[in-house]
Amino acid sequence: MIQLPCPWCGPRNASEFTHHGEVTSRPDVGTATPEEWRRYLYFRQNANGWVDENWYHTAGCRRFIRVRRHTLSNETEAAR
Amino acid sequence: MAHKNNGSNGHRHAAGKPTRYSAFGLFRRGLSRSDWPRAWQERPLKSTYDVVIIGGGIHGLATAYYLAANHGITNVAVLDKGYLGGGGSGRNTAILRSNYLTPEGVRFYDRSLHLYERLSSELNFNVMFSQRGHMTLAHNDNSLRTLRWRAEVNKLQGVDSEVIDPDEIKKLVPYLDTSTDTRYPILGALYHPPGGIIRHDAVVWGYARAADAHGVHLHQNTEVTGIETAGGRVTGVRTTKGDISTPVVVNCTAGWSSLISDMAGVDMPVTTSPLQAAVTEPVKPFLGTVVVSGTLHVYVSQTDRGELVFGASVDPFTSYSMRGSLEFAEGLAGHVLELMPAVSKMRLLRQWAGLCDMTPDYSPIMGPTHVDGFHVDVGWGTYGFKAGPVSGEAMADTVANGRPPEIIAPFGIDRFTTGQLVGEKGAAAVGH
Repeated sequence: MIQLPCPWCGPRNASEFTHHGEVTSRPDVGTATPEEWRRYLYFRQNANGWVDENWYHTAGCRRFIRVRRHTLSNETEAAR
Repeated sequence: MAHKNNGSNGHRHAAGKPTRYSAFGLFRRGLSRSDWPRAWQERPLKSTYDVVIIGGGIHGLATAYYLAANHGITNVAVLDKGYLGGGGSGRNTAILRSNYLTPEGVRFYDRSLHLYERLSSELNFNVMFSQRGHMTLAHNDNSLRTLRWRAEVNKLQGVDSEVIDPDEIKKLVPYLDTSTDTRYPILGALYHPPGGIIRHDAVVWGYARAADAHGVHLHQNTEVTGIETAGGRVTGVRTTKGDISTPVVVNCTAGWSSLISDMAGVDMPVTTSPLQAAVTEPVKPFLGTVVVSGTLHVYVSQTDRGELVFGASVDPFTSYSMRGSLEFAEGLAGHVLELMPAVSKMRLLRQWAGLCDMTPDYSPIMGPTHVDGFHVDVGWGTYGFKAGPVSGEAMADTVANGRPPEIIAPFGIDRFTTGQLVGEKGAAAVGH
């Protein structure tokens, strides 16, 4: 079982969390075109290596945390 | 520069057509005890091909076969970083069906099922397709409503599919617990008689042998390290065995498709997650139908050897790791016993994982991209194996005619920027 380094609860099993995927930057609401919105919604890097991700500690502190995880080895570290 | 091939492979070229498999041939070889010839050859890597297909699974091999068989394009290479059929093609649970939810999906998968039905005779290779029927269970009113919806869409497309009640389910699968006092009572099922299971390795080997017979080159242990483009066109592929120049590249790499598309500068709306499966020790035949429960995220079938094969939904996070996990085995056992308490004493023999390239709408991504000559056949999520033949046929058509045929027109990559998604809620990973 992967353990995630929750800054509030300490290392906890991944099954307590909900995966929200890689960190993306949201386009400006006022100026984004529909195409830019859809790219933001659907397109992902899907890298094989170290990735910054958002996780939600559903069965714990109920906070969003940012974790750096290697998507092949599943090693984790707290994101900078 | 192509590396020199190490001697042992090049020498065994059988002249002309491969040995035709038949009952008589089997009998004769049994008496003479002579060795069977290799089913396909390993040939040296050439520096130029008309078409390079990346990924030696069912999609890549079927595309190569139909390019040669239907369009006469035989100067084709299929590259695989490992061995043929070692990715998703050898890791799926080998279930075939066409009872999807969207009309686009149903038409597409039904074409595939029809190609599968005649595949053994077309390839002269026994792919062991057993059309034993496929059953999707409903445990609540919402699921039952979706199944009714699917049945009506299916029937409109001419697909044999109907909702049946628990008494009929019990007749078809006596070992299912259809009592009403369970945590997830069975209220009904979508029954799809033409669905079934197949020997997935045989399909891969059959296509490989048939493609090879047409002169297609199959290169195993040949990893692609880069894709060359110039002026918005594909010009070549760099591999660990040498560089190839080619005007056409087809990406058939499923779970790894983002990485290959990246090399050509094509962004993908794809995330990769493992899907785990397991198999039990063999027992006598008792389960004559494929049984699926979307709510419990489990599908079960019994192989010709007698093992029960279980599959689940994708793991709840992205990963390129293909290691199984204990929580999967534990959850799976609980769900299977909910459906069939009688198998509680059976032991699991193996568990494994395969990679699923999930798309936002659970439909594949097929056809050309903004890079001329770079085609994708990806986004195969949890439904890639059953789509193999039709995908190969359609991608061969796309390459040969320069534009995608009507049957895959809804699945273009453009749909993610225009918003025309094909929401396929009949896919196996979708909880109903």
